[in-house]
Amino acid sequence: MDKYITIPFDKETALTLQSGDYVYLTGTMYTARDAAHKRMYETLEQGGELPFDIKDAVIYYMGPSPAREGRPIGSAGPTTSSRMDKYAPTLLDLGQRVMIGKGKRAEAVKDAIVRNGAVYFAAVGGAGALLSKSIISSEVIAYDDLGTEAIRRLEVKNFPAIVVIDSEGNNLYETAINDYKED
Amino acid sequence: MRTVHVDEIIKNVKEMCIEANHFLSEDVDAALSCAQKSEKSPLGKQILNQLRENLEIAGDDMIPICQDTGMAVVFLEVGQEVHVEGGLLTDAVNEGVRQGYVEGFLRKSVVKDPFIRENTKDNTPAVIHYDIVAGDKVKITVAPKGFGSENMSRVFMLKPADGMQGVKEAILTAVKDAGPNACPPMVVGVGIGGTFEKCALMAKQALTRPLNIRSQIPYVKEMGEELLEQINKSGIGPGGLGGSTTALAVNINTYPTHIAGLPVAINICCHVNRHCVREI
Repeated sequence: MDKYITIPFDKETALTLQSGDYVYLTGTMYTARDAAHKRMYETLEQGGELPFDIKDAVIYYMGPSPAREGRPIGSAGPTTSSRMDKYAPTLLDLGQRVMIGKGKRAEAVKDAIVRNGAVYFAAVGGAGALLSKSIISSEVIAYDDLGTEAIRRLEVKNFPAIVVIDSEGNNLYETAINDYKED
Repeated sequence: MRTVHVDEIIKNVKEMCIEANHFLSEDVDAALSCAQKSEKSPLGKQILNQLRENLEIAGDDMIPICQDTGMAVVFLEVGQEVHVEGGLLTDAVNEGVRQGYVEGFLRKSVVKDPFIRENTKDNTPAVIHYDIVAGDKVKITVAPKGFGSENMSRVFMLKPADGMQGVKEAILTAVKDAGPNACPPMVVGVGIGGTFEKCALMAKQALTRPLNIRSQIPYVKEMGEELLEQINKSGIGPGGLGGSTTALAVNINTYPTHIAGLPVAINICCHVNRHCVREI
Protein backbone atom coordinates (compact mmCIF):
# COMPACT_ATOMS: atom_id res chain seq x y z
CA MET A 1 0.00 0.00 0.00
CA ASP A 2 1.38 3.45 -0.97
CA LYS A 3 1.63 6.00 1.83
CA TYR A 4 2.88 9.59 2.01
CA ILE A 5 4.47 10.50 5.33
CA THR A 6 6.14 13.56 6.79
CA ILE A 7 9.31 12.98 8.82
CA PRO A 8 10.32 13.04 11.57
CA PHE A 9 7.37 11.11 12.93
CA ASP A 10 6.54 9.67 16.35
CA LYS A 11 5.90 6.19 17.67
CA GLU A 12 2.15 6.43 17.00
CA THR A 13 2.78 6.85 13.27
CA ALA A 14 5.45 4.13 13.28
CA LEU A 15 2.93 1.68 14.71
CA THR A 16 0.64 2.23 11.70
CA LEU A 17 3.29 1.13 9.19
CA GLN A 18 3.34 -2.46 8.05
CA SER A 19 5.96 -4.64 6.45
CA GLY A 20 5.49 -4.31 2.67
CA ASP A 21 4.11 -0.74 2.69
CA TYR A 22 5.55 1.46 -0.06
CA VAL A 23 6.16 4.86 1.53
CA TYR A 24 7.12 8.29 0.18
CA LEU A 25 8.95 10.26 2.87
CA THR A 26 9.15 14.06 3.04
CA GLY A 27 11.14 16.04 5.60
CA THR A 28 14.50 15.89 7.40
CA MET A 29 16.78 12.88 7.70
CA TYR A 30 20.41 12.34 8.69
CA THR A 31 23.03 10.27 6.93
CA ALA A 32 25.43 8.07 8.87
CA ARG A 33 27.29 4.92 7.92
CA ASP A 34 30.13 2.82 9.38
CA ALA A 35 32.63 5.43 10.58
CA ALA A 36 29.99 7.92 11.79
CA HIS A 37 28.21 5.19 13.77
CA LYS A 38 31.46 4.09 15.35
CA ARG A 39 32.19 7.68 16.39
CA MET A 40 28.68 8.30 17.74
CA TYR A 41 28.88 5.07 19.73
CA GLU A 42 32.25 6.01 21.21
CA THR A 43 30.93 9.49 22.03
CA LEU A 44 28.06 7.95 23.99
CA GLU A 45 30.41 5.57 25.79
CA GLN A 46 32.46 8.55 26.92
CA GLY A 47 29.34 10.33 28.14
CA GLY A 48 29.30 12.85 25.28
CA GLU A 49 26.38 14.22 23.23
CA LEU A 50 25.31 13.12 19.77
CA PRO A 51 25.67 15.72 17.00
CA PHE A 52 21.90 15.81 16.33
CA ASP A 53 18.69 15.18 18.27
CA ILE A 54 18.20 11.42 18.16
CA LYS A 55 14.56 11.57 19.39
CA ASP A 56 12.33 10.38 16.49
CA ALA A 57 15.28 10.79 14.11
CA VAL A 58 15.51 9.15 10.70
CA ILE A 59 18.97 7.83 9.85
CA TYR A 60 19.76 6.96 6.26
CA TYR A 61 22.73 4.58 5.86
CA MET A 62 24.30 6.37 2.93
CA GLY A 63 27.58 7.92 1.78
CA PRO A 64 27.04 9.97 -1.40
CA SER A 65 29.29 10.55 -4.36
CA PRO A 66 30.41 14.21 -4.68
CA ALA A 67 27.84 16.70 -6.00
CA ARG A 68 28.42 18.36 -9.34
CA GLU A 69 28.16 22.15 -9.33
CA GLY A 70 24.64 23.44 -8.74
CA ARG A 71 23.33 20.16 -7.38
CA PRO A 72 22.57 19.30 -3.74
CA ILE A 73 24.20 15.88 -3.83
CA GLY A 74 25.68 13.18 -6.08
CA SER A 75 24.52 9.58 -6.34
CA ALA A 76 22.78 8.71 -3.07
CA GLY A 77 21.59 5.11 -2.65
CA PRO A 78 21.59 2.97 0.51
CA THR A 79 24.52 0.98 1.85
CA THR A 80 24.31 -2.46 3.52
CA SER A 81 22.65 -2.02 6.92
CA SER A 82 24.09 -5.05 8.71
CA ARG A 83 27.39 -3.24 9.26
CA MET A 84 25.49 -0.86 11.56
CA ASP A 85 23.89 -3.72 13.57
CA LYS A 86 26.43 -3.40 16.37
CA TYR A 87 25.40 0.22 17.01
CA ALA A 88 21.72 0.35 16.02
CA PRO A 89 20.07 -1.04 19.21
CA THR A 90 21.74 1.63 21.37
CA LEU A 91 20.49 4.42 19.10
CA LEU A 92 16.99 2.94 18.90
CA ASP A 93 16.84 2.75 22.69
CA LEU A 94 17.72 6.46 22.76
CA GLY A 95 14.72 7.26 20.56
CA GLN A 96 15.79 6.88 16.94
CA ARG A 97 12.59 6.11 15.05
CA VAL A 98 13.66 5.07 11.56
CA MET A 99 16.56 3.34 9.81
CA ILE A 100 16.83 3.36 6.02
CA GLY A 101 19.30 1.05 4.29
CA LYS A 102 19.31 -2.26 2.51
CA GLY A 103 19.79 -5.89 3.48
CA LYS A 104 19.30 -8.16 6.46
CA ARG A 105 19.41 -7.12 10.12
CA ALA A 106 20.53 -8.98 13.22
CA GLU A 107 17.99 -10.40 15.66
CA ALA A 108 19.11 -7.83 18.26
CA VAL A 109 18.14 -5.02 15.89
CA LYS A 110 14.74 -6.55 15.24
CA ASP A 111 14.20 -6.85 18.99
CA ALA A 112 15.14 -3.18 19.46
CA ILE A 113 12.70 -2.19 16.68
CA VAL A 114 9.84 -4.01 18.43
CA ARG A 115 10.87 -2.78 21.91
CA ASN A 116 10.86 0.86 20.80
CA GLY A 117 8.17 0.98 18.12
CA ALA A 118 10.64 1.79 15.34
CA VAL A 119 10.74 0.97 11.61
CA TYR A 120 13.38 -0.36 9.21
CA PHE A 121 12.96 0.73 5.61
CA ALA A 122 14.82 -0.42 2.52
CA ALA A 123 15.57 1.97 -0.31
CA VAL A 124 16.35 0.40 -3.67
CA GLY A 125 20.02 -0.60 -3.72
CA GLY A 126 21.93 0.53 -6.77
CA ALA A 127 19.47 3.26 -7.68
CA GLY A 128 21.59 6.15 -6.38
CA ALA A 129 21.00 8.46 -9.35
CA LEU A 130 17.23 8.06 -9.11
CA LEU A 131 17.17 8.49 -5.31
CA SER A 132 19.29 11.65 -5.54
CA LYS A 133 16.36 13.30 -7.31
CA SER A 134 14.31 13.12 -4.07
CA ILE A 135 16.97 15.02 -2.11
CA ILE A 136 16.40 18.77 -2.11
CA SER A 137 19.31 19.84 0.06
CA SER A 138 22.29 18.38 1.87
CA GLU A 139 24.53 19.89 4.54
CA VAL A 140 27.39 18.34 6.49
CA ILE A 141 26.61 18.87 10.18
CA ALA A 142 29.31 16.73 11.85
CA TYR A 143 32.47 14.68 11.32
CA ASP A 144 33.48 16.59 8.19
CA ASP A 145 36.86 14.84 8.26
CA LEU A 146 35.14 11.55 7.37
CA GLY A 147 34.47 12.73 3.81
CA THR A 148 31.63 10.72 2.29
CA GLU A 149 31.04 9.19 5.74
CA ALA A 150 30.36 12.56 7.43
CA ILE A 151 26.93 13.15 8.99
CA ARG A 152 24.69 15.13 6.63
CA ARG A 153 21.30 16.70 7.21
CA LEU A 154 19.12 16.01 4.18
CA GLU A 155 15.84 17.59 3.18
CA VAL A 156 13.95 15.06 1.10
CA LYS A 157 10.72 15.16 -0.87
CA ASN A 158 8.78 11.99 -1.67
CA PHE A 159 11.78 9.77 -1.01
CA PRO A 160 10.67 6.22 -1.92
CA ALA A 161 11.22 3.47 0.66
CA ILE A 162 9.70 0.11 1.51
CA VAL A 163 8.90 -1.04 5.05
CA VAL A 164 10.96 -4.21 5.62
CA ILE A 165 10.74 -4.69 9.40
CA ASP A 166 7.72 -3.12 11.07
CA SER A 167 7.14 -2.37 14.75
CA GLU A 168 5.67 -5.84 15.28
CA GLY A 169 8.81 -7.49 13.96
CA ASN A 170 7.36 -8.69 10.64
CA ASN A 171 10.18 -8.99 8.11
CA LEU A 172 9.47 -8.58 4.40
CA TYR A 173 12.79 -10.22 3.41
CA GLU A 174 11.60 -13.42 5.07
CA THR A 175 7.93 -13.38 4.02
CA ALA A 176 8.29 -12.17 0.41
CA ILE A 177 10.86 -14.82 -0.48
CA ASN A 178 8.42 -17.55 0.52
CA ASP A 179 5.77 -16.08 -1.77
CA TYR A 180 7.96 -16.57 -4.84
CA LYS A 181 10.03 -19.58 -3.90
CA GLU A 182 9.61 -22.56 -6.26
CA ASP A 183 10.85 -25.99 -5.31
CA MET B 1 58.36 -3.40 -30.91
CA ARG B 2 55.56 -0.86 -30.61
CA THR B 3 55.92 2.03 -28.22
CA VAL B 4 53.03 3.12 -26.01
CA HIS B 5 53.45 6.26 -23.91
CA VAL B 6 52.11 6.20 -20.35
CA ASP B 7 50.08 9.35 -21.08
CA GLU B 8 47.87 7.26 -23.34
CA ILE B 9 47.32 4.75 -20.53
CA ILE B 10 46.49 7.54 -18.06
CA LYS B 11 44.00 9.19 -20.43
CA ASN B 12 42.21 5.94 -21.23
CA VAL B 13 42.00 4.67 -17.65
CA LYS B 14 40.64 8.05 -16.54
CA GLU B 15 37.93 8.04 -19.20
CA MET B 16 37.07 4.41 -18.54
CA CYS B 17 36.57 4.98 -14.78
CA ILE B 18 34.08 7.73 -15.58
CA GLU B 19 32.38 5.80 -18.38
CA ALA B 20 32.00 2.58 -16.38
CA ASN B 21 30.36 4.43 -13.48
CA HIS B 22 27.75 6.21 -15.62
CA PHE B 23 26.92 3.79 -18.42
CA LEU B 24 26.35 0.05 -18.12
CA SER B 25 27.48 -2.12 -21.02
CA GLU B 26 24.78 -3.19 -23.48
CA ASP B 27 24.70 -6.81 -22.31
CA VAL B 28 23.78 -5.85 -18.73
CA ASP B 29 21.19 -3.34 -19.93
CA ALA B 30 19.66 -5.99 -22.22
CA ALA B 31 19.50 -8.53 -19.37
CA LEU B 32 17.72 -5.99 -17.12
CA SER B 33 15.27 -5.17 -19.89
CA CYS B 34 14.52 -8.86 -20.37
CA ALA B 35 13.98 -9.32 -16.61
CA GLN B 36 11.53 -6.40 -16.57
CA LYS B 37 9.26 -8.40 -18.86
CA SER B 38 9.57 -11.77 -17.13
CA GLU B 39 9.45 -10.72 -13.45
CA LYS B 40 6.43 -12.23 -11.66
CA SER B 41 6.23 -10.01 -8.57
CA PRO B 42 4.52 -6.59 -8.99
CA LEU B 43 6.91 -5.02 -6.45
CA GLY B 44 9.83 -6.76 -8.19
CA LYS B 45 8.69 -5.31 -11.51
CA GLN B 46 8.42 -1.86 -9.95
CA ILE B 47 12.00 -2.14 -8.62
CA LEU B 48 13.30 -3.27 -12.03
CA ASN B 49 11.53 -0.29 -13.62
CA GLN B 50 13.26 1.98 -11.12
CA LEU B 51 16.63 0.43 -11.99
CA ARG B 52 16.09 1.15 -15.69
CA GLU B 53 14.97 4.69 -14.87
CA ASN B 54 18.07 5.04 -12.68
CA LEU B 55 20.26 4.10 -15.65
CA GLU B 56 18.61 6.75 -17.81
CA ILE B 57 19.10 9.46 -15.18
CA ALA B 58 22.72 8.39 -14.62
CA GLY B 59 23.57 8.76 -18.31
CA ASP B 60 21.53 11.89 -19.00
CA ASP B 61 22.55 13.87 -15.91
CA MET B 62 26.00 12.34 -15.36
CA ILE B 63 25.22 11.07 -11.85
CA PRO B 64 26.97 7.77 -11.00
CA ILE B 65 24.65 4.76 -11.37
CA CYS B 66 25.46 3.84 -7.75
CA GLN B 67 27.02 6.02 -5.05
CA ASP B 68 29.48 3.20 -4.37
CA THR B 69 31.68 3.85 -7.38
CA GLY B 70 33.83 1.00 -6.19
CA MET B 71 37.45 0.11 -5.76
CA ALA B 72 38.97 0.22 -9.26
CA VAL B 73 39.90 -3.25 -10.46
CA VAL B 74 41.99 -3.07 -13.64
CA PHE B 75 42.98 -5.97 -15.87
CA LEU B 76 45.85 -5.31 -18.26
CA GLU B 77 46.70 -7.69 -21.07
CA VAL B 78 50.03 -6.40 -22.33
CA GLY B 79 51.32 -7.62 -25.67
CA GLN B 80 54.91 -8.80 -25.28
CA GLU B 81 55.92 -6.64 -28.24
CA VAL B 82 54.85 -3.46 -26.46
CA HIS B 83 57.43 -1.12 -25.01
CA VAL B 84 56.05 1.30 -22.41
CA GLU B 85 57.77 4.68 -22.23
CA GLY B 86 57.45 7.73 -20.05
CA GLY B 87 57.21 5.99 -16.68
CA LEU B 88 55.98 2.93 -14.86
CA LEU B 89 52.84 1.23 -16.15
CA THR B 90 51.48 0.70 -12.62
CA ASP B 91 51.95 4.38 -11.80
CA ALA B 92 50.14 5.30 -15.02
CA VAL B 93 47.13 3.14 -14.15
CA ASN B 94 46.92 4.66 -10.67
CA GLU B 95 47.24 8.17 -12.10
CA GLY B 96 44.36 7.40 -14.48
CA VAL B 97 42.24 6.19 -11.57
CA ARG B 98 43.17 9.28 -9.52
CA GLN B 99 42.19 11.67 -12.34
CA GLY B 100 39.02 9.74 -13.18
CA TYR B 101 37.72 9.65 -9.60
CA VAL B 102 38.67 13.24 -8.72
CA GLU B 103 37.63 14.94 -11.97
CA GLY B 104 34.65 12.64 -12.60
CA PHE B 105 32.92 13.38 -9.25
CA LEU B 106 33.19 9.71 -8.25
CA ARG B 107 33.18 8.62 -4.61
CA LYS B 108 36.53 7.97 -2.96
CA SER B 109 36.05 4.73 -1.09
CA VAL B 110 39.59 3.47 -0.52
CA VAL B 111 41.32 3.53 2.88
CA LYS B 112 45.10 3.47 3.30
CA ASP B 113 45.25 0.55 5.67
CA PRO B 114 42.73 -2.12 6.70
CA PHE B 115 43.13 -1.15 10.37
CA ILE B 116 44.07 2.53 10.24
CA ARG B 117 41.15 3.41 8.01
CA GLU B 118 42.21 6.76 6.63
CA ASN B 119 40.76 7.62 3.21
CA THR B 120 43.34 8.08 0.44
CA LYS B 121 41.03 10.78 -1.01
CA ASP B 122 41.63 9.84 -4.65
CA ASN B 123 40.45 6.20 -4.69
CA THR B 124 43.97 4.88 -5.30
CA PRO B 125 45.54 2.43 -5.30
CA ALA B 126 43.73 0.36 -7.89
CA VAL B 127 43.84 -3.43 -7.77
CA ILE B 128 45.77 -4.30 -10.94
CA HIS B 129 46.10 -7.70 -12.59
CA TYR B 130 48.67 -8.10 -15.38
CA ASP B 131 48.81 -10.70 -18.08
CA ILE B 132 51.49 -10.91 -20.76
CA VAL B 133 50.00 -11.91 -24.11
CA ALA B 134 51.05 -12.17 -27.76
CA GLY B 135 51.01 -9.10 -30.01
CA ASP B 136 51.70 -5.38 -29.77
CA LYS B 137 48.52 -4.08 -28.15
CA VAL B 138 47.47 -3.27 -24.59
CA LYS B 139 43.95 -4.37 -23.63
CA ILE B 140 42.59 -2.56 -20.61
CA THR B 141 39.52 -3.63 -18.64
CA VAL B 142 38.33 -1.28 -15.90
CA ALA B 143 35.84 -2.91 -13.53
CA PRO B 144 34.97 -0.72 -10.51
CA LYS B 145 33.71 -3.08 -7.78
CA GLY B 146 31.23 -2.08 -5.12
CA PHE B 147 31.53 -3.72 -1.73
CA GLY B 148 27.89 -4.47 -0.87
CA SER B 149 28.22 -7.47 -3.14
CA GLU B 150 31.97 -7.96 -2.75
CA ASN B 151 31.42 -8.62 0.96
CA MET B 152 29.09 -11.51 0.12
CA SER B 153 31.65 -13.32 -2.05
CA ARG B 154 33.11 -16.68 -0.98
CA VAL B 155 35.89 -19.20 -1.59
CA PHE B 156 35.29 -22.91 -0.88
CA MET B 157 38.16 -25.42 -0.95
CA LEU B 158 36.09 -28.51 -1.81
CA LYS B 159 37.27 -32.09 -2.08
CA PRO B 160 37.43 -33.85 -5.47
CA ALA B 161 34.78 -36.26 -4.14
CA ASP B 162 32.34 -33.33 -3.76
CA GLY B 163 32.22 -33.14 -7.56
CA MET B 164 29.85 -31.03 -9.60
CA GLN B 165 27.05 -31.43 -7.05
CA GLY B 166 29.27 -29.97 -4.34
CA VAL B 167 30.18 -27.04 -6.58
CA LYS B 168 26.53 -26.30 -7.34
CA GLU B 169 25.64 -26.41 -3.63
CA ALA B 170 28.52 -24.02 -2.82
CA ILE B 171 27.31 -21.52 -5.42
CA LEU B 172 23.67 -21.71 -4.27
CA THR B 173 24.77 -21.28 -0.64
CA ALA B 174 26.74 -18.15 -1.48
CA VAL B 175 23.83 -16.64 -3.43
CA LYS B 176 21.24 -17.43 -0.74
CA ASP B 177 23.47 -16.04 2.01
CA ALA B 178 24.00 -12.88 -0.05
CA GLY B 179 20.25 -12.37 -0.48
CA PRO B 180 19.17 -8.72 -0.24
CA ASN B 181 22.62 -7.50 0.87
CA ALA B 182 24.12 -7.87 -2.61
CA CYS B 183 21.52 -5.69 -4.37
CA PRO B 184 19.86 -8.34 -6.52
CA PRO B 185 19.33 -9.00 -9.37
CA MET B 186 22.96 -10.00 -9.17
CA VAL B 187 25.57 -11.33 -11.55
CA VAL B 188 27.37 -14.41 -10.24
CA GLY B 189 31.01 -14.80 -11.26
CA VAL B 190 32.43 -18.26 -10.61
CA GLY B 191 35.97 -19.63 -10.80
CA ILE B 192 36.46 -23.39 -10.51
CA GLY B 193 39.85 -25.11 -10.32
CA GLY B 194 43.39 -23.76 -10.15
CA THR B 195 44.62 -22.81 -6.69
CA PHE B 196 43.17 -20.73 -3.84
CA GLU B 197 44.02 -17.39 -5.49
CA LYS B 198 43.55 -18.53 -9.08
CA CYS B 199 39.90 -19.46 -8.57
CA ALA B 200 39.20 -16.09 -6.94
CA LEU B 201 40.82 -14.25 -9.83
CA MET B 202 38.85 -16.32 -12.36
CA ALA B 203 35.62 -15.48 -10.54
CA LYS B 204 36.43 -11.78 -10.81
CA GLN B 205 37.32 -12.14 -14.50
CA ALA B 206 34.07 -14.01 -15.10
CA LEU B 207 32.18 -10.88 -14.01
CA THR B 208 33.76 -8.91 -16.85
CA ARG B 209 32.55 -11.36 -19.49
CA PRO B 210 29.46 -10.23 -21.45
CA LEU B 211 26.38 -11.81 -19.87
CA ASN B 212 25.19 -13.33 -23.15
CA ILE B 213 28.43 -15.26 -23.74
CA ARG B 214 28.45 -18.72 -22.17
CA SER B 215 31.30 -21.13 -21.49
CA GLN B 216 32.71 -23.01 -24.51
CA ILE B 217 32.73 -26.23 -22.47
CA PRO B 218 29.32 -27.92 -22.91
CA TYR B 219 28.94 -29.26 -19.34
CA VAL B 220 30.06 -25.95 -17.83
CA LYS B 221 27.61 -24.06 -20.04
CA GLU B 222 24.85 -26.43 -18.97
CA MET B 223 25.76 -26.10 -15.30
CA GLY B 224 25.64 -22.28 -15.56
CA GLU B 225 22.20 -22.36 -17.15
CA GLU B 226 20.87 -24.83 -14.60
CA LEU B 227 22.23 -22.75 -11.71
CA LEU B 228 20.67 -19.56 -13.09
CA GLU B 229 17.31 -21.29 -13.24
CA GLN B 230 17.65 -22.60 -9.68
CA ILE B 231 18.80 -19.21 -8.34
CA ASN B 232 15.79 -17.56 -9.93
CA LYS B 233 13.52 -20.07 -8.18
CA SER B 234 14.94 -19.07 -4.78
CA GLY B 235 12.33 -16.31 -4.42
CA ILE B 236 14.87 -13.64 -3.36
CA GLY B 237 13.91 -11.35 -6.26
CA PRO B 238 14.79 -7.72 -7.10
CA GLY B 239 16.05 -5.88 -4.02
CA GLY B 240 15.60 -9.14 -2.06
CA LEU B 241 11.92 -8.23 -1.72
CA GLY B 242 10.60 -11.34 -3.43
CA GLY B 243 10.34 -12.31 -7.08
CA SER B 244 11.57 -14.40 -9.96
CA THR B 245 14.63 -12.32 -10.92
CA THR B 246 17.44 -12.96 -8.44
CA ALA B 247 20.34 -13.23 -10.90
CA LEU B 248 20.88 -11.98 -14.44
CA ALA B 249 23.64 -14.48 -15.27
CA VAL B 250 26.00 -17.09 -13.86
CA ASN B 251 29.37 -16.70 -15.58
CA ILE B 252 31.76 -19.58 -14.97
CA ASN B 253 35.49 -19.91 -15.72
CA THR B 254 37.47 -23.11 -15.14
CA TYR B 255 41.17 -24.06 -15.00
CA PRO B 256 43.21 -27.25 -14.43
CA THR B 257 43.72 -28.04 -10.75
CA HIS B 258 45.61 -30.34 -8.35
CA ILE B 259 44.78 -34.05 -7.86
CA ALA B 260 43.82 -33.29 -4.25
CA GLY B 261 41.61 -30.25 -4.74
CA LEU B 262 38.46 -28.64 -6.09
CA PRO B 263 38.66 -24.90 -5.34
CA VAL B 264 35.53 -22.81 -6.05
CA ALA B 265 35.24 -19.04 -5.79
CA ILE B 266 32.00 -17.12 -6.07
CA ASN B 267 32.38 -13.41 -6.71
CA ILE B 268 29.00 -11.76 -6.44
CA CYS B 269 28.21 -8.52 -8.20
CA CYS B 270 25.08 -6.41 -7.98
CA HIS B 271 23.11 -5.42 -11.10
CA VAL B 272 25.54 -2.51 -11.49
CA ASN B 273 27.99 -4.91 -13.15
CA ARG B 274 30.48 -2.36 -14.45
CA HIS B 275 33.14 -3.19 -16.95
CA CYS B 276 34.63 -1.08 -19.67
CA VAL B 277 37.11 -2.49 -22.21
CA ARG B 278 39.50 -0.76 -24.60
CA GLU B 279 42.43 -1.89 -26.70
CA ILE B 280 45.22 0.53 -27.48
